[in-house]
Amino acid sequence: MTLKRFMNEAISPWMREEGPDSDIVLSSRIRLARNFSSVSYPIFADRVKLTEIRDFFKEEYEHRSFQDYEDFAFISIQDLSDVEKRVLVEKHLISPHLSKNEGAAATIISKNEQVSIMINEEDHIRLQLYFPGFQLSKALEKAFQLDDWLEEKVNYAFDETRGYLTSCPTNVGTGMRASVMMHLPALAMTKQINRMIPAINQLGLVVRGIYGEGSEAQGNIFQISNQITLGKSEEDIIGDLQSVVNQLIEHERNARSHIMKQSSTKLEDRIYRSYGVLDYSRVIGSNEAAICLSNVRLGIDLGLIKNVSRNILNELMILTQPGFLQQYAKATLSADERDKLRATLIRERLQLENR
Amino acid sequence: MECQECQQRPATFHFTQVINGDKKEVHVCEECAMEKGYMTSPEEGYSLHNLLAGLFNFDSAIMESKQSNAYKQENELKCSHCEMTLSQFKQLGKFGCAACYDTFSGRLDPIFRRVHSGNTQHYGKIPKRQGGNLHTKKQLESYRTELQKLIGEENFEEAAKVRDQIRALEQENGNTEAGDNS
Ligand SMILES: [Zn+2]
Ligand SMILES: [Zn+2]
Repeated sequence: MTLKRFMNEAISPWMREEGPDSDIVLSSRIRLARNFSSVSYPIFADRVKLTEIRDFFKEEYEHRSFQDYEDFAFISIQDLSDVEKRVLVEKHLISPHLSKNEGAAATIISKNEQVSIMINEEDHIRLQLYFPGFQLSKALEKAFQLDDWLEEKVNYAFDETRGYLTSCPTNVGTGMRASVMMHLPALAMTKQINRMIPAINQLGLVVRGIYGEGSEAQGNIFQISNQITLGKSEEDIIGDLQSVVNQLIEHERNARSHIMKQSSTKLEDRIYRSYGVLDYSRVIGSNEAAICLSNVRLGIDLGLIKNVSRNILNELMILTQPGFLQQYAKATLSADERDKLRATLIRERLQLENR
Repeated sequence: MECQECQQRPATFHFTQVINGDKKEVHVCEECAMEKGYMTSPEEGYSLHNLLAGLFNFDSAIMESKQSNAYKQENELKCSHCEMTLSQFKQLGKFGCAACYDTFSGRLDPIFRRVHSGNTQHYGKIPKRQGGNLHTKKQLESYRTELQKLIGEENFEEAAKVRDQIRALEQENGNTEAGDNS
């Protein structure tokens, strides 16, 4: 059935595995920024040089050098349609910045969509790895392996004092951005998260809503990541992040059971109403959909809603983005049309699972 | 206020975009903000970069107001590899190439300190092939710290082991260096 097949494409294969603490941590990610030592950074380099870099990777790919490591696909950004680019961005496989680069931008993506290498983004190379659930150390270990393997082929811009030299001063040193995506509905409901954010910031970590710093957390999904890349080892940075995430997990679990004890009827009402909205609405905006999906996911975690998989939030949050909706419809849609298709897709998806 | 992209929904996102030094006010609804890429994925930290550029701009604004010759001359500092000037670097908040780190090195510590909680030196991973000697150096450093700690704890048995490791590493390293010189 077409819808089902499309679903399989919408959710990255790695997301289907359940990782540790996956009731609260959706995914863990490591990103490493690297550059060629003798070429100017993409914002400042001439096209010829950047094309050379892209072709270097293309050749490595064609000579199966990447496939030896894992099954990869090479994609030139200029070969993609606008909708295709947007879908890759919505799946977090490439950054919006890369999708807007004309010409020499490219990406190499592993078959299970767990690893992607962005070429000529803000830096020449950005390695990115995802793991389901809370698995930062594992992600770091794999990222280092890939980095070591690349370093055999590429002369990195590296300096004894400054570390890995990047285009932006915010990435210099380790070039590493580690982040964890968390679903924190109970901390959000009880407004505890707002009190915790300043304390987390003091540790050199940032908390963001899913669509970037300062924006509202859509669907109660928060991203915690390191701000500092200089002066600490990768292991120490991850250690700090892990201890904060562990505390957040504990607080979220406590808050959930507290709400269940204090006002279970209210909570149940909220969860089932959201389920009802998703199951019956004919028109739904992305904001409302995100809120309802968060509640339904909480309902699944609390054992109130059965027959729906935990991935529903991950999956439908991506699937109901403008890019995916338009790819599914094979047409450019107005905002109203998107709200309608969004409702239809969610309804169909829930009914598929219930059977 | 109405969204400037779709002219349908109310504009709920307001920000200033700086493209090639030109400032532009943007007022859009959430849908359009996402669709037109005004809002970036979480990893990008767009506003952090804006903030950073703002930080540099603030500096250069002070400098321009002073307009002294000394400041002007410093502004003409230019990278010999990519030809980025100090004022361009300040405006963009980005380096043009790896050599910029040397070109502007005298000005970087205060910037790094502000961005990285007071840190200016790398303590992380070292590339294997390129790092060569640096690896040994760092390894020796950590062995010596460990040795001191073990001696302090009067754990002489373990300390002796670490001391042997240091000797072995020093010998190994000394040999390769001698080899390089011949
Ligand atoms: Zn709009
Ligand atoms: Zn330069």
